[in-house]
Amino acid sequence: MNPLKEPQRGMTVIVKTIAKFVVPPIILFGIYIVLHGHLTPGGGFAGGVIVGSAFILLTLAFGKEVAFQKLKRSTASVLESVGALIFLSLALLGIAAGGWFFLNFLPKGHPLRILSAGFIPLANIGIGIKVGAGIFAVFLTLIVFRVSAKK
Amino acid sequence: MWQVYALAILMIVGSLVAVHTRYLLSAVISLAVVGLALCVAFLYLQAPDCAITQIVVEVLALIILIRATGVERDMSEIKNRKEIFAYEAIGIFIIAFAFFAFRALSYLPEFGHPVMKVSQEYIRKGLEQTGAANLVTSVLLDFRAYDTLGEATVLFTAILGAIVVLREVGRKKK
Repeated sequence: MNPLKEPQRGMTVIVKTIAKFVVPPIILFGIYIVLHGHLTPGGGFAGGVIVGSAFILLTLAFGKEVAFQKLKRSTASVLESVGALIFLSLALLGIAAGGWFFLNFLPKGHPLRILSAGFIPLANIGIGIKVGAGIFAVFLTLIVFRVSAKK
Repeated sequence: MWQVYALAILMIVGSLVAVHTRYLLSAVISLAVVGLALCVAFLYLQAPDCAITQIVVEVLALIILIRATGVERDMSEIKNRKEIFAYEAIGIFIIAFAFFAFRALSYLPEFGHPVMKVSQEYIRKGLEQTGAANLVTSVLLDFRAYDTLGEATVLFTAILGAIVVLREVGRKKK
């Protein structure tokens, strides 16, 4: 069923139409901020929150059923843990490579290229997944709690 | 420099309004004024990393506070009874705080001109040691990665606590 044709869920048709056009660029911008974290201002935290806020916009505009179809709350919780484990395992891989905790064991590359700075882009990706999924999961938890508290 | 001081005064006024207003929604929006003024202040102080994170988290916190906690119809209950010696305690605290703050401020270096040797080492050798063009990221994820790990752990624990407290399983039926 088309969520645009369902006036009783979510907000008005104006908000839904604008949200439909705006959500993909927001997610793309968040991914850009995460991937270019070692080159331009921003990084994993800011980019992750931007991606999470795109899903929150989806939830507010279309109601939580549509957002649950895109990303379930359990999936968000799992993604948060996966992001944290990526960051922690990168730190532990420094020991495995024969160095110390948080050793930047990958080659540095040329500055200002996207494949540079060793493991910093990977750590940014891990933090971005963790923060975005965590923010969305806690938002969904609060929404569900409020809806079930009203009943 | 005066713009930052004006923003600081705006932030103080916003937080005072947030404390003293009757409606919770007005309090939440006054808190948002504080956060957005802080974001503009970060831009004036040439810290775009902080500004991006600040505005994103501020907007998100505003949305969560307004939408997810059902603040729009609630009214805070403020009792009119004053505590004993409240004004005397406030006066004594302000005088003591101003005294020690003035003593401490006279030892600080001039604003925006750090003389710390550690940070200059980072600025000189950050690019060649980490390969990251963004110096803030190279500090966050390489030189000071332990701090980032701690911050990620704090966020993880906070979200875990919120999900555990608000979960459906085990909630009492009314």
